[in-house]
Amino acid sequence: MGRKLLLEKAHIENIRSYEVYRKEGGYRSVEKALKTLTPDQVTDEVKKSGLRGRGGAGFPTGMKWSFLTKPEGVPRYLVVNADESEPGTFKDRYLMEFIPHLLIEGMVTSSYALGSNRSYIYIRGEYAWIAHILEQAIEEAHQHGWLGKNILGSGFDCNIYVQRGAGAYICGEETALLESLEGKRGNPRIKPPFPAVKGLWGCPTAVNNVETIAALVPIINEGGEEYAKIGMGKSTGTKLISACGNINKPGVYEIDMTISVEEFIYSDEYCGGIPQGKKLKACIPGGSSVPILPANLLLKTAKGEARMMNYESLADGGFATGSMMGSGGFIVMDDTQCVVKHTYTLARFYRHESCGQCSPCREGTGWMEKILWNLETGKGRSGDIDLLWDIQRKIEGNTICPLGDAAAWPVAAAIRHFRDEFEWHVTHPEEAQKRNYGLAHYADPLSVSVA
Amino acid sequence: MADEIKKAPAPLKVTIDNITVEVPAGTTILKAARQIGGEVTPPAMCYYSKLEGSGGKCRTCLVEVAAGSTADPRPMPKLVASCRTNVMDGMVVKNITSERVQEARAGVVEFLLLNHPLDCPVCDQAGECHLQDLGYQHGKEGTRYQFERRTFEKEDIGPKIQLHMNRCILCYRCTYVADQLTDCRVHGVLDRGDHANISTHISKAIDSNFSGNMIDVCPVGALTDKTFRFKNRVWFTKPVDAHRDCPECCGKVTLWQRGDEVLRVTARKDEWGEIQSYDGKPGWICNTCRFEKKAAADWVIEGPTVVNRHSVISQGHYQGMQMPKETIQDVMSGLNPRLLMDIHDISEVNKIELSQLPGAATSANYKNESTKSE
Amino acid sequence: MKPSFTNEQLQEVQRLVSRYPQGREKSALIPVLHLAQNTFGGWLSTETMDYVATLLQIKPIEVYEVASFYSMFNLNPVGKHVLEVCQTGPCMLNGSDSIVDYIYERLGIRPGETTPDGQFTLKTVECLGACGYAPMLQLGEHYKEHLTKEKIDALIESCIAKSAALN
Ligand SMILES: Cc1cc2nc3c(=O)[nH]c(=O)nc-3n(C[C@H](O)[C@H](O)[C@H](O)COP(=O)(O)O)c2cc1C
Ligand code: SF4
Ligand code: SF4
Ligand code: FES
Ligand code: FES
Repeated sequence: MGRKLLLEKAHIENIRSYEVYRKEGGYRSVEKALKTLTPDQVTDEVKKSGLRGRGGAGFPTGMKWSFLTKPEGVPRYLVVNADESEPGTFKDRYLMEFIPHLLIEGMVTSSYALGSNRSYIYIRGEYAWIAHILEQAIEEAHQHGWLGKNILGSGFDCNIYVQRGAGAYICGEETALLESLEGKRGNPRIKPPFPAVKGLWGCPTAVNNVETIAALVPIINEGGEEYAKIGMGKSTGTKLISACGNINKPGVYEIDMTISVEEFIYSDEYCGGIPQGKKLKACIPGGSSVPILPANLLLKTAKGEARMMNYESLADGGFATGSMMGSGGFIVMDDTQCVVKHTYTLARFYRHESCGQCSPCREGTGWMEKILWNLETGKGRSGDIDLLWDIQRKIEGNTICPLGDAAAWPVAAAIRHFRDEFEWHVTHPEEAQKRNYGLAHYADPLSVSVA
Repeated sequence: MADEIKKAPAPLKVTIDNITVEVPAGTTILKAARQIGGEVTPPAMCYYSKLEGSGGKCRTCLVEVAAGSTADPRPMPKLVASCRTNVMDGMVVKNITSERVQEARAGVVEFLLLNHPLDCPVCDQAGECHLQDLGYQHGKEGTRYQFERRTFEKEDIGPKIQLHMNRCILCYRCTYVADQLTDCRVHGVLDRGDHANISTHISKAIDSNFSGNMIDVCPVGALTDKTFRFKNRVWFTKPVDAHRDCPECCGKVTLWQRGDEVLRVTARKDEWGEIQSYDGKPGWICNTCRFEKKAAADWVIEGPTVVNRHSVISQGHYQGMQMPKETIQDVMSGLNPRLLMDIHDISEVNKIELSQLPGAATSANYKNESTKSE
Repeated sequence: MKPSFTNEQLQEVQRLVSRYPQGREKSALIPVLHLAQNTFGGWLSTETMDYVATLLQIKPIEVYEVASFYSMFNLNPVGKHVLEVCQTGPCMLNGSDSIVDYIYERLGIRPGETTPDGQFTLKTVECLGACGYAPMLQLGEHYKEHLTKEKIDALIESCIAKSAALN
């Protein structure tokens, strides 16, 4: 059984309340940081821990923090990204809903390290009740002196505010998030300047994912070096994975990045296998934006090694035969599912969520959605698959923000690995309306049941 | 001494398509390329040097950075928007010499034209439309788009300016004009994604004495001068430079005349299609000059406008011009103008078949159709 | 009738505005629009948006631009109970299509439609971050997860009962 650092206590009764949370050792990291460490020492611990951003890009957090410029007399801000809208991802929600003080605790320490006296949590608008839970936790933290003026006599002031969005995936992109927080449309900014130089209201800003900031708690409590011992290679610490789709036990799991994908899917400790005795067909291991993999490439890399649940191994083989850790949204498809239809719903998602600022994404996402709809509903033409490929190629890399890439990759990977299924839709338009293509050669070669 | 060095930092060397120039620090790649001029200058549909914050959106100006700088000569992995990327010393940029760029640009042009109505025959901007030029230069034959084009409800935004949203490429320039030149912006970008559109939401009239400049910055025919509409095709009018003493603006304009009649007044444009600057100040003109002064007597004529931008418009200043055999083909010397024709042949969306029309385009040819489609 | 907040709500607006530094009041726009939508019939009319613009001292177009960008803001009237069914990939894998069909069977409305009595509006939405608890829908500020036909029946009944209690 892997180590749990974030969710270990999530199931203790009433852990949501301050009293229980504190009794279980909560806010120790704030005491340690504010009383014994300078802000730069906190950042050093984060660097030592090897923590990588949990929002999707996996950028080293300590390095990101050290980029923050510190001009005299200009406020700095910490903004926590709780927009969580990537299909397949619902881990931050779980953390905030069940153990909200963990985020607040991490935020106080992070704000201290960054010198942010006003920190914001930008939460997706639909998570209305979670915003209430967080506000309650902030209120309690205030009452007990963990927020407000001169915290623990350290001279450090900090307030935390919760800001609700209003329905826009793009506001998870850090600069769109800042625009939205400023009361504007969620149009991503053109970088540079990066938020570390010019962020919220033109001031230096660090934008970090909920889970990243929560990880500050164990990092400070145990020390960066101890934290770095957990995991494998550059995948240090633990990672929350939200698993969904066709599995017996969907939910949020904390893993220590040393287990294999196969164990994660089939072991009873995690997903518990595929329901109704069906077989594994495909999986999107890191949220809708990352490449889909057929079962054979998912469980073993192209080199024939077991694929592990960590940043490096999931990416092994590049886009040709690998995928990405992304946001940790693990979407499993059984042998009765249709890859074309699934890809269509994702294309529709990205068309719906494009901000519309730049032409390749604004026009290209809608075009791809329409072609996929034709393919799915038996109106596909033989040139459509190549056309789709060409469109995604002209979007990728040519847009202002990575949403363009995120829209292109799922289509590219689906065609790369499941081209025969797309072709079958074109050649058997009527049959495709009645049944799905099935498993074909992506068959899970193993009849696994991991103990 | 030390102070002087600080004030005038050493110029940066940048090489664009094998041509090296020196530019001051803080110069964008696009600006450096404009300094060289000609073919190596990337097309810019959304950037407008006189409007702060503009650029970065259309992606037509993408270029390849083959070497970031002398200090860090690694290439940049992605193509970059030249209008928003600053030059570094020793940077090596590829524009027309990069196949990647040409391909990406063709892609962008295709995206921009995807939902464009291609109603050039009835569009006031025809002949001075940047999208039309771009289509000729970078577009491919025909369309691969097999779906109905997106259309928007027509919106009236006042007595002087016509908004034709279907033609808009969402460059945002007009919103910057409203923000930066007028004191009350009443129009903006509504909705999002492929539904994003320019609107006032409440069909409000845009009335500010500088609002007319939106027409001049609009790269396509989405914002046009209602007092000019359908009076003429641009290339049959004769542009002359003129000025008047105006208490509101610089008063320096281009008059578009037929005979002695002033059909339209615009600000003067430079070779990049932007409004000219005088002593470093942009020569925006006021609505009085633009919409009210329509008699030759209102103006002091300076002489024929020199049109040096390469576009359909360039041939318009031949006086006493004969009807050309095939207007567009003649005008676009050296370039193959098949794009529009082909799309019109294939498209079922557009009512007017350009290829069916006999002879050259004049407003008379389109009068009936245009009133229909309006 | 012209929209106007109660004193209590105006205080709430003040509280929202106070969360930002001086001169950054516009940042309160989205929270205030949420408040306005909840207060004035579940949607944002032009009058409501103009009112919000006056409160925050910004141009009306700035409010229209923002309100029309975010999918949670309704710029047209909606039913009393808005059923927002998620239909993105993971929910689709778990049968969200049949949920939409069943709601049609029960209420006779397709996505985007409102029942003639103005009680229910059906909307399809994209991923709401409940993929592991699919299929799901959002009703007001609440998520209804692991949906089944029985659960939808119960949900509809409780909505009708709620409306009746209010009348
Ligand atoms: C389209 C798009 C959506 C994103 N959505 C989220 C999100 O919902 N939550 C998140 O934490 N990061 C999201 N990101 C990543 C953020 O831009 C940013 O990298 C992240 O918040 C940085 O935090 P981290 O370093 O702690 O991971 C998104 C990025 C893009 C391009
Ligand atoms: S890539 Fe898409 S979402 Fe990102 S800025 Fe461009 S249009 Fe907006
Ligand atoms: S109307 Fe013209 S200027 Fe305004 S955004 Fe559209 S294309 Fe640009
Ligand atoms: S001109 Fe550079 S992106 Fe439009
Ligand atoms: S796909 Fe429906 S909640 Fe995520």
